[in-house]
Amino acid sequence: MTGNIIMNYSLLILFLPLAAFLIQIFIGKRLPRQGDWVAIGAVVTTLILAIAMFTSMLIGHEPHFAQEASFTWLDMGAFHIELGFLVDNITITMLLVVALISTMTHIFSIKYLEGDIRYSRYYAYLGLFTFSMNGIVLANNLISMYMFWELVGVSSYLLIGHWFEKESAADAAKKAFLTNRVGDIGFFIGIMLIFSTLGTFVFSEIFNGIAAGKMGGSILTFAGVGLFLGAMGKSSQFPLHIWLPDAMEGPTPVSALMHAATMVAAGVYLCVRLFPLFTPDALLVIAYVGGFTALFAATIAITQNDIKKVLAYSTVSQLGYMILAVGSGAYIAGFFHLVTHAMFKACLFYGSGSVIHAMHHALHKKHDHDTDPQDMRNMGGFKDKMPITYWAMLISTLAISGVPLFSGFLSKDAILAGTLSFASHHPGHFLLPVFGFGAAAITAFYMFRLIFMTFHGKSKMAELVDDIHESPKEMTFPLILLSSLSIFIFYTLPYFNPFSDHGWFMELIVASDAAVPGNPSAHHIAEGIHHAHYTAMALSLVVAALGIFLSWTFYFKKKLSADEWAEKFKPMYNLSSNKYFFDENYNKFLYKPFLKLSALVAHIDWDLYDKYFINGFGRVGKIISFFTGRMDYDGLDQTIVDGIGRSARQAGGVLKFLQTGRLQTYMLFALLGVVVIVLIQSF
Amino acid sequence: MDSLNTYLFIASILFSLGLFGVITRRNGVAVLMGIELILNAANLNFMAFAKFGGMNISGHIFALFVIIMAAAEAAVALAIIINMYNNFKTINVDDVQELRQ
Amino acid sequence: MMVDAAFWFIVVLTLGSACMVVLNEKLIYSAIALLFTLFGVAALYVFLWADFLAGVQVMIYVGGILVLIIFGIMLTNRITSVNISHTSVQKGIGGMVVLGILFVLGIMILNTPWLHTEFVEPAQTTATIGTLLMMEYLLPFEVASLLLLAALMGAAMLSRRDD
Repeated sequence: MTGNIIMNYSLLILFLPLAAFLIQIFIGKRLPRQGDWVAIGAVVTTLILAIAMFTSMLIGHEPHFAQEASFTWLDMGAFHIELGFLVDNITITMLLVVALISTMTHIFSIKYLEGDIRYSRYYAYLGLFTFSMNGIVLANNLISMYMFWELVGVSSYLLIGHWFEKESAADAAKKAFLTNRVGDIGFFIGIMLIFSTLGTFVFSEIFNGIAAGKMGGSILTFAGVGLFLGAMGKSSQFPLHIWLPDAMEGPTPVSALMHAATMVAAGVYLCVRLFPLFTPDALLVIAYVGGFTALFAATIAITQNDIKKVLAYSTVSQLGYMILAVGSGAYIAGFFHLVTHAMFKACLFYGSGSVIHAMHHALHKKHDHDTDPQDMRNMGGFKDKMPITYWAMLISTLAISGVPLFSGFLSKDAILAGTLSFASHHPGHFLLPVFGFGAAAITAFYMFRLIFMTFHGKSKMAELVDDIHESPKEMTFPLILLSSLSIFIFYTLPYFNPFSDHGWFMELIVASDAAVPGNPSAHHIAEGIHHAHYTAMALSLVVAALGIFLSWTFYFKKKLSADEWAEKFKPMYNLSSNKYFFDENYNKFLYKPFLKLSALVAHIDWDLYDKYFINGFGRVGKIISFFTGRMDYDGLDQTIVDGIGRSARQAGGVLKFLQTGRLQTYMLFALLGVVVIVLIQSF
Repeated sequence: MDSLNTYLFIASILFSLGLFGVITRRNGVAVLMGIELILNAANLNFMAFAKFGGMNISGHIFALFVIIMAAAEAAVALAIIINMYNNFKTINVDDVQELRQ
Repeated sequence: MMVDAAFWFIVVLTLGSACMVVLNEKLIYSAIALLFTLFGVAALYVFLWADFLAGVQVMIYVGGILVLIIFGIMLTNRITSVNISHTSVQKGIGGMVVLGILFVLGIMILNTPWLHTEFVEPAQTTATIGTLLMMEYLLPFEVASLLLLAALMGAAMLSRRDD
C-alpha cells in the first residue's frame, strides 16, 4: 500500500466517526431507529479500513515502516506550529484495536441500551470518542495529541454521565474529568518545557534534538515526569486512580470501550510514543508508580463485591503493569500487554454486562427493586443458564491470570522478564519484580474469585437463578469474538509455540532506541529480556498457580471460609474494601480546604470588594455630582447669572442719583466732559 | 509784565472762579454773581486782545455790547428769582427740584 | 516801577475779591466783594488804554447791576432768620473740574502762537467808539436796544403779581 493510500485511509478512519457524531447529534432523534445504523455503519467502515491497513502491514512486513504527513497550523514567523499524522506499525495496530473494540461496543449497545431515553445521543458520543481516540493514535506531535487528549476526556465525561439524573453518575463524570485535568496540567507543563527548550512539538524533531544534546539533565527529567503526569491521569495511576472505579456508573459497554481497552490505554500509548525522551530518572519514577499501582489496586480488588468494581480495579492494576513495563525499558512488552488486555478486558466487561442485564430482567420479573443487580453476593450458579457468557469470561480470566495457551500469558511474561532484567542490572531496584509478581498472584486470585462467585456455587437468592437466561446475540457475538482473540495463536503467527512470544507482533513492532544520550539501547534491553525470559516464565507460572489454587480453595471448594479470614484480618480487610479511604482523605485534606479558600475569596470579592470598593465609587460619584450641582445651582445660577442682574440693578440704583434735578450738577458734568474732551484731543 | 499772557491768565482765573461759583452755590443770586464774573472775564479778554492786537477798537465795541447784554440778563434773572421766591418761599436752587428723580 | 506795583495790587484785589464772591457764605459779603471785583476790572481796563469802557463798566456794572443784585438779596433773604446751613454744594468735585478747566485754558494760552502787532497809541477812544457804533456796528446797536426793550418788558411781566 502506498503511503498516499495509507494517509487517505487514516484520514477516513479519523473523520468518519466525527461525521457520524455530527449527524447523530443534530438529526439523530428523527432518523428511524434513532440513527444507530449511522454510527454503526461509520465504525464498521473504520474497522474495514483498519483491517485493510493491517493486512497490508502484515504483507509488507517492514518493521521500521513509518509515514508522516503534516500541515502548518500556525505560522507567525518565530512561532511555528505544524500538525500532522504519523502512521507506523504501532499506529496501525492501535487503530485496529480501537476500531474493533469500538465496533463491538456499538453492536453490544444495540441490546444493552435498548429503549434508553437518550439512545441517539449515546451513539453520537460514542462516535465523538472514537474520533478523539483515533486522533491521539494518529498524532505526530504533542499539540494535536493534547487536543485529542482533552477531547477524549470530554467524551468520557459525557458518557460516564449518560444517566445524569442519577446523582452518583453526574458526580462520577465530574470526578473523572477533574482528575484527568490535574494530570493534564503536568502534561501541559511538560509540553511547554520541551517547546521552550527545543522549539518544536513534533516527535521526530524532539527526539533528534535530544539526541543532539540540546535538552538534557534535570529539565528533561522534569519534562518527562510532567508528560507522565498526563498519562497518570488518563491511565488512572496512583494517586490519580480515584476516578476509574467511580466511572463504572456509566453504561457497561462504555466501560468496556473506554475504561478497559482504549481511553485508559491512551496514557500507555503516550508513554510508548515518547519512550525515547525519558531520562533514566524519569523512567524510574514511571516504573515505581506503575509497579506500586499494580500491586495496590490488586489488593483492593480482592474485597470488592460489585462485579464492575472488581473489573475496574483490575484495569487499574493491569495498567500499572503496562506502565511498569515502560519504566523498566521493555516498553514494547507494555504495548503488547495493552493489545491483549484490550481484548480480554473488554470481553470481561461485556460478560459482566451480560450478567447484569440478565440480573435486571430477573429482578424486574420479581418486582424486586432493592437488590443490587451488580452485587456478586446475589449471584451464583449462573454457569448453566448463561453458557456463552460463562465460557467467554472463563477464557478471558485464564488470559488475565497468565495461564499458558492464552495471550495474557505471553504479554505478562514479557513484562515480568523486563522487570527481572532491569532489577538484575540495577540491583537496588529489586522491588519492581516483587511488585510485578505479587500483583500477578493477586490478580489470578481475585479474577477466579469473580468467576466462582458469579457462575458457580449457590447464590443467596436461589430463586433468582430460574429467571436468568442467556443474552441476545448482539451481546453474545462480541463475547465470542473477543474471547477467541484471547487465545495465544493470534499473536504468534506464523509460529505455534505457546511459550514464546515470537510472532508477527514482535517482529513488526520493534523498539526504537532511546534518544537520551546514555540510555541503554533497544538492543541492550532486548538482550536483557531474552536472558531473563525463562526465569520469568517459571516464576510467573508458579505465581499464577498459587493464586488460582487459593481462590479455588476459598470460593469453590469452600474449604476455607472467606468471611472467617475477613474477620481475622479485620483492619486490613476494612482498609481494602474501603479502597484505603482515599476518597475520604482527599476530601478532608484537599477538597474541603480548597472549597473553604474559594468561599473566603468569594466573600472578599462579594462583601468587601463589591460593597465597599465598587459602591464606594458610586458614593464618590454621588458626592461629586452633589457638589457640582451645588456649584452649578448656587454658584453659577445664583451668583453669576442672577448676580449680573443684581449688579445691573445696583448700578442703576447708584447711577440714578446722578439725576439730581439740580441744574448745577448737570452743568458740572458738562464741564467735566469738556475738560475730558479737550485733554484727550490735546494729547 | 505787561504782556498779553498776563491778562489772559487773569481772565482765565476770573472765569474759573465764576464757573466755580455757578456750579457750587445754592443761592440763586450767588449763581448770578458767578455769571457776572464770567462775563467780566470775557470782557477782559476782549480788551486784552484789542490792545495787543494793534489797538483794534472793535474789541471795545464787543465789550460794550457784552455789558449791555449782561445788564439785560441780570434784570431778567432777578425777576425770575423774585418770582421763585414768591412761589417756593425759598431761593435755594436745591429746593426747586421738580425735575428730580 | 510804580505802575507795575499798582498793576499787581489791582490784580490781587480783583482776584481776591472774586474768591470772596464765590467762597463766602454770607450773601451780602459776596455782593460787596463783587463790587470790589468790578472796580478792579475797571482799573484793569484803564491799564489796557480802554478809558471809555472803564467808565461804562463802573456806571453800568457797579451802579446798575450790582445795585440790582443787592436789591434782589434784600428782597429774597430773610435777614432776620439766621441761615447757618452751608450755601454751597459739591465743592470738592466742582473745584477739581474747575481746576481742570483752568489747566486746559492755561495750556491753551501758553501754546497758542498769538499774533503780536505794534502798539499804536489810540486817539480819543470815545469818539472812535461812537463813530464805530453809528457806522459799522449800527445793526448790533439797534438789536441791542431791542434786547433791552425785551428784557425790560420781560422783567416787568415776570414780577407782576398774579391778580
